[in-house]
Amino acid sequence: MTQESTSSPGDPGFGPDLAEVFGPSHQDGGPDLVQLLTPEGERVHHPEFDLDFDADEIRGLYRDMVLVRRLDVEATALQRHGELGIWAQLLGQEAAQIGAGRALRPQDHVFPTYREHGVAWCRGIDPLKLLGLFRGVDHGAWDPEEFHFGLYTIVIGAQTLHATGYAMGMQRDGVVGTGDPERDAAVVAHFGDGASSQGDVNEAFIFAASYNAPVVFFCQNNQWAISEPIERQSRIPLYQRALGFGFPGIRVDGNDVLATYAVTRAALQRAREGQGPTFVEAYTYRMGAHTTTDDPTRYRLSDDVERWKLRDPIARVEVYLRRNGLADDAFFETLGEEADELGARLREGCRAMPDPSPLAIFDHVYAEETEELAAQRAGFEAYLESFEGSRR
Amino acid sequence: MSQRITLAKGLNLGLRKAMEDDDKVLLMGEDVGKLGGVFRITDGLQKDFGEDRVIDSPLAESGIVGTAVGLALRGYRPVVEIQFDGFVYPAYDQIVCQVAKMHYRSKGRSPLPMVIRIPFGGGIGAVEHHSESPEAQFAHTPGIKVVACSNPVDGYWMIQQAIASDDPVVFLEPKRQYHADKADLDETATPEPLFTSRVVRSGTDVTVLAYGPTVKTAMHAAEAAATDGRSLEVIDLRTLSPLDMVPVLDSVRRTGRAVVCHEAHVNLGMGAELAARITEECFYALEAPVLRVGGFDTPYPASRIEEDFLPDLDRLLDAVDRAMDF
Ligand SMILES: Cc1ncc(C[n+]2csc(CCOP(=O)(O)OP(=O)(O)O)c2C)c(N)n1
Repeated sequence: MTQESTSSPGDPGFGPDLAEVFGPSHQDGGPDLVQLLTPEGERVHHPEFDLDFDADEIRGLYRDMVLVRRLDVEATALQRHGELGIWAQLLGQEAAQIGAGRALRPQDHVFPTYREHGVAWCRGIDPLKLLGLFRGVDHGAWDPEEFHFGLYTIVIGAQTLHATGYAMGMQRDGVVGTGDPERDAAVVAHFGDGASSQGDVNEAFIFAASYNAPVVFFCQNNQWAISEPIERQSRIPLYQRALGFGFPGIRVDGNDVLATYAVTRAALQRAREGQGPTFVEAYTYRMGAHTTTDDPTRYRLSDDVERWKLRDPIARVEVYLRRNGLADDAFFETLGEEADELGARLREGCRAMPDPSPLAIFDHVYAEETEELAAQRAGFEAYLESFEGSRR
Repeated sequence: MSQRITLAKGLNLGLRKAMEDDDKVLLMGEDVGKLGGVFRITDGLQKDFGEDRVIDSPLAESGIVGTAVGLALRGYRPVVEIQFDGFVYPAYDQIVCQVAKMHYRSKGRSPLPMVIRIPFGGGIGAVEHHSESPEAQFAHTPGIKVVACSNPVDGYWMIQQAIASDDPVVFLEPKRQYHADKADLDETATPEPLFTSRVVRSGTDVTVLAYGPTVKTAMHAAEAAATDGRSLEVIDLRTLSPLDMVPVLDSVRRTGRAVVCHEAHVNLGMGAELAARITEECFYALEAPVLRVGGFDTPYPASRIEEDFLPDLDRLLDAVDRAMDF
């Protein structure tokens, strides 16, 4: 070992210069960033991922983003009013989620982490069910098989393995590569940049590559894992990791809903056709706090936030729609009213959500109830009754 | 020279002192640097000791503990922070298979002086995996020591003692108490040894055994019981592996009754071990079976009903009544 090999992370000293191998790091996502709509609202074309979007489709994507942003704003406010224990905000990540969510076919299956409110929206899950989780009335109120959308996963990265296994199951069930678009299916695993450091995620990559599993690894690189910047997780652009595992990786402008849609659609299509996994890195930014308990002023610069505000995923679509006469004032007004209605429904619905019975503690621990647990439950019930309502 | 501090502050001051006293002490974990940890236990330490000694780690618990093993083998004394109890499991393999056995396998040639700090327990209204009590999982594993602090002053001393210990220590911090109560810290005092239990309230009718977050529950129960003319002796176990049975057995021999209170599931928990040892050691002194009050044998429930899951004053007093009725 040479003396240089002990130098600091900023300066490798030993081995090849990383910037030479991978190119310089880019604050804007770099030249490989797939983009179809610029932050200024200009439609640009891409040799591989271009799609023809009609006005209806773009308005639809825009509507989704506006409504999930409202969902996010309402939930944040509800947390401030003590109606939710905590809330994981998606502010700034609407395009990544709506693009990915709308690229799904009904038969595809999603394994989310805890911030995929936009994807859940695309799957038709009532947002009140998401609020229930953060309010603390349950651990997830939707049926994963009904909506093809798994329960939120809090333990970082764990779901990427489940996604891979589920995809392996699809393979076995003969719903991959049949050539029938109504039948062929794939899986999307969502996770963050921080999660890419977890062993589970790396093991998921190995399994997916090894079995050519029909899974799309959709990483929202929002630049932060709570207080830790992406540099603490990866010295190379994340999407380039995939190559080392033997499958393609793509970096897409995560604030461009057209691009995230197009790229995810292509990755899903590969998977459904039996061509195996793809890693999609949606290059985006967490504009809010990590969660409502976090204080980002302790670790990040407000300049960065300001810079990213200029790349707002919703604003650029609005500019595009207006400038090209694809939506008039009436459209935006009606959508505003729809958002207000959603907000009101969420506020009322959340406040009206009853607490579960204390005895719900014992429900569903096992598929086959044990006598031991039944006795414990009976004991607690008798104990509660002994207070005759005077206890609480 | 005394100051009034919270548990969070006690731990922070204790870590600071340990780092000042020994430059081999390193802190590692997720968000421990600029943010000062999600509970701010390491607040300000990176600023004063630098990024080489207060290390923000990649988001990987197995990596955090596993690299700490290597650092300890190299002569450092790493103190790692696991952000929440429910996230220690990705590191479980490293702790149970590697940390716990290194000294044994190497015939004592490779001691592993490291501390694994875990904010544990419930009652903060969090989502799942943020409120667990995994102590029995570690106490069941020979080769690691497990301690739990319950108050600011112990926090200050115990963290320093754990760092100074040549054995790997799982250090449990009751997160619900971090910012709850203040106490006077006298930094010139002489602390009790780390692996000892302490009688924190004397009484004559029933011995209540608690640790971490339930010490406060037990003290409240003792106050309430006193108004009914019942005298509870409360012992803060402080050390779960090894257990310090001397004060426990002395007490139970006097009171004849024992109730163990912990947040962890009752089945095969610390209470089971304590009940067995008490029964073995002072069977003839017992007026009632040793009773356990704890979390039910279910996963930790959604937060809106967690207060029903957690052992509280009422459930503890109910057990005291049952013990007295024998
Ligand atoms: C195994 C595990 N360790 C730690 C945590 C605590 N934690 C919750 S979110 C988070 C940061 C996650 O960052 P990233 O993966 O980038 O996702 P983001 O929330 O930024 O979308 C951490 C450390 C956890 N939930 N699970």
